[in-house]
Amino acid sequence: MTPRFDGRKGRWVGASVPRREDPRLLRGRGRFVDDIQLPGMLHAAFVRSTVAHGAITGIDLTATLAVDGVVAAYTAADLELGDIVALLDRPLEEFVPTAMPILAKEKVRFAGEPVALVVARDPYSAEDGVEAAVVSCEPLGAIVSEETAFAHGAPLVHEEAPGNVLVDVSMFDTSGVDAAFEAARAGGGCVVEVVTRSGRQNALPLETRGVVASWDDHDDQLLVRMCTQVPHQVRTAMARSLRVPERTVRVTVPDMGGGFGQKCVVGREEIAVAAVARLLHRPVKWIEDRREALTAGFLAREQRYRTRAAFDSGGRITALEADVVCDMGAYSCYPFTAGIEPLMASAEMPSVYQVPEYRVRGRAITTNKAPTAPYRGVSRPQYVLAIERVMERAARELGLDPVEIRRRNVITRFPYTGVNAITYDPGTYRESLDLAEATLRDEGWYEIRDGAAARGRHIGIGYCCFSERTGYGSGAFAQRKMTVVPGFDISEIRMDTTGSVVVTSGTMNHGQSHETTLAQIVADRLGLHLDQVKLRQGDTERIAYGWGTFASRSVTIGGSAVSRAADRLGEQLCAIAAHLLGTGQDNVRLDGDGGVVQVDDPARRASFEEIADVAYLRSHLLPKGVEPALSATASFDVPGDGTFSNATHAVVVEADPGTGQIRILRYACVEDCGVVIHPQVVDGQCRGGIAQGIAGALFEEITYAGNGDPSAASFIDYLVPTATEIPDITVAHLETPCAFTENGAKGAGEGGTIGAPAAVLNAINDALRHTGVELDTTPVHPQTVLTALDAASVPRREEASTPS
Amino acid sequence: MTDRHLIVLNVNGSEHEALVEPRRTLLDVLRHDLGLTGTHTGCEHGVCGACTVLVDGEPVRACLMFAVQAEAAEIRTVESLGRDGELSDLQQAFSDHHGLQCGFCTPGFLMLAEGFLAQRPDAGREEIREAISANLCRCTGYQTIVDAVSATAASRCRAREAGTCPVPEKEATP
Repeated sequence: MTPRFDGRKGRWVGASVPRREDPRLLRGRGRFVDDIQLPGMLHAAFVRSTVAHGAITGIDLTATLAVDGVVAAYTAADLELGDIVALLDRPLEEFVPTAMPILAKEKVRFAGEPVALVVARDPYSAEDGVEAAVVSCEPLGAIVSEETAFAHGAPLVHEEAPGNVLVDVSMFDTSGVDAAFEAARAGGGCVVEVVTRSGRQNALPLETRGVVASWDDHDDQLLVRMCTQVPHQVRTAMARSLRVPERTVRVTVPDMGGGFGQKCVVGREEIAVAAVARLLHRPVKWIEDRREALTAGFLAREQRYRTRAAFDSGGRITALEADVVCDMGAYSCYPFTAGIEPLMASAEMPSVYQVPEYRVRGRAITTNKAPTAPYRGVSRPQYVLAIERVMERAARELGLDPVEIRRRNVITRFPYTGVNAITYDPGTYRESLDLAEATLRDEGWYEIRDGAAARGRHIGIGYCCFSERTGYGSGAFAQRKMTVVPGFDISEIRMDTTGSVVVTSGTMNHGQSHETTLAQIVADRLGLHLDQVKLRQGDTERIAYGWGTFASRSVTIGGSAVSRAADRLGEQLCAIAAHLLGTGQDNVRLDGDGGVVQVDDPARRASFEEIADVAYLRSHLLPKGVEPALSATASFDVPGDGTFSNATHAVVVEADPGTGQIRILRYACVEDCGVVIHPQVVDGQCRGGIAQGIAGALFEEITYAGNGDPSAASFIDYLVPTATEIPDITVAHLETPCAFTENGAKGAGEGGTIGAPAAVLNAINDALRHTGVELDTTPVHPQTVLTALDAASVPRREEASTPS
Repeated sequence: MTDRHLIVLNVNGSEHEALVEPRRTLLDVLRHDLGLTGTHTGCEHGVCGACTVLVDGEPVRACLMFAVQAEAAEIRTVESLGRDGELSDLQQAFSDHHGLQCGFCTPGFLMLAEGFLAQRPDAGREEIREAISANLCRCTGYQTIVDAVSATAASRCRAREAGTCPVPEKEATP
């Protein structure tokens, strides 16, 4: 057994216990989708459009079917599947519903869109078959940017969406916005306007998407083993598309090699493969290759913000106005819709600041690019970038220190209800900022920065303060007017005759260590050793419904459901124990060590084994009215507006004016995610998120040529940072326990990604402050820096410099 | 296309026969013909390193090698690490330092580090960082992987001095 870790007063929660997931993954004995081999299994590959926008005039699969090894090939007409349609309960002026066919029908809407499906005896032959297919298209003119989407007479990506707009919502417009701007102009304050943009990124889980589908005659069921964060949602969408009762689809998820949000929506390829497996009565596998993942997988992040803000002479923000445009690509994702990004941005843009007046318009546009899905952070990296740039710009205008202007504006009294009608629960907005700044000051980075400037070197310090709403309950999603409303989660816990428990959760682990952290929570609640708790998830047959894992909801919502189920099981154990001990139920309690003890006589005790033995094997000894079996189910939904984790990121960078290269010299994160269940895991989530945020700030971007060809189809073109680009990162924790969750935890999965882009960009601008250059767009490639310096007529230096 | 070759591969000390098309990669043969699924497919163009195995002691991308090219070689995969159900020191260090989250890239990093440490047993932290930059990880931010490999290098050095190193000292560079 794992030795007992005394995290806090002998509890499992709070201790960095060894991860239960590790031994199998380290031995190469994890089981990922592509590891599954079934007898008679066929392999699928997709014929994909090479044209970004075109009318399909013909699909010829004759040569495909003649390829050695090819078994069958299908077009949309052959499969007759229902489209995927994601909906919002909003009027047409605000939201235009559009359909995503499983395979393209009359037209193609992005280069990479699946047009036909080839099934063969092995993947090599399937690809040969794809190669032989001939798809004829009449080009319709590609929409590749906001400008081309809005151009007069522009082609329409979806005929039903005029102006290529899918979502157009003006969520807030308070009465004093204009007056506040006038007052700022008149009264010695300032008005700043900043246009920020962020590039299109791929969430890029290292394991691509994949599915193995087979028909199980025994259960009269399609068994779909696949790589998804949301198995129940896939089951629902798949059953609807296949037009079969939901009970005939079972979705299971083995180990998953990351998701980061990209796998929290329903993909069309998996449905096509499942349909073919059902049709052929044979197992069919499809594993997305990297080229497909980069060009036809769900993308994210491409957004533009025009933000204006008014400040009074004391540096306090008096009004905020924003126009947000999110490029959602060719299709609305299921179930979140194209509204997920602009609605998130509109609702939460005031961030950690006390903004009294607020006006915002959020739009989602459709273009001929691969569609987007939520990606770790969902709009928050973008609106935080916008408002943090606004803070920096105002600080410059007013001659204030960038930390000081934040200090004057952050929310300090809780609970705080913002102009956006959201109530923020207590956090450490001010404290995290103070600690982050003190860290860099104590380490001497300000002297290093100033000394470097004197020697003509460009070192800068940047900050980013933010909060992240986590534990979105169904209330928060209902406010968005989603017709599919995620929010609650369910957990079931069952004890066997040996006193061990199996916990089933509706969440889905893809790297976040649920098998360990959720087990820690249960072990503490029941007083079990960690080794007596086994977590199961990722199987639609094991729990009625679950919303899976996204939006940092697993420990907050899933963990709370698990806690409640454990408490109910605890009550059952106490009821039986009281009967066995011959005392009243109010005279017993769990003893924290695998048993129930009599309160007034602690020498009298019943172990879980003894109670379980009675519950299952000698049920004639049960008290009257108590059913045999020890199992409990509970659900949990976060009340109110959810809970807010927060953090300050502090970064030191050096910009090399000779090469344009940005090097990160120091990265410090001070974060508050409430009660920390497993410190090592939380640190890991922070660092991994920050690495992805740095990737967005400096490296990764998928651009499109005018004809809609994507710029990145391999890792040669899509630059994922490696160990030499990501610095060591310190993570400090402040802990404000959350009152809304059963375990005091707030979400910890996304923060890193949210804070890094703004912090890095602010640091770059600080490094270049003497040159007059100011950058508001990510990623900052070396060429971006050089071009900006050239435009500002700053001479380049010959040699790369190194820090002192 | 239907031209097939009967080959014999030496993997983890055992000989395996496989009947393969010349275009079949070593990666696919290891995973799907021999059932050694610990080695993972990440990009199939030699960049991510999830498929890293040792070929004659050198870290190699199994996706860039055809199986027919690997016939005379000694191949080691992640399944060869550890003994009698126990994790090897390197595997244990990954667990201790939280050097893995989803675990998908992990076998590639383990084999990369194993091959690297055999050649550079005294490697320092920055040298290790440089070496592991050959592979991609999307979860950890790399720091804890550097920690794990550094800790293994240090403990092996100590063990070597004490004569108790769990890994036999390799011929330095081939």
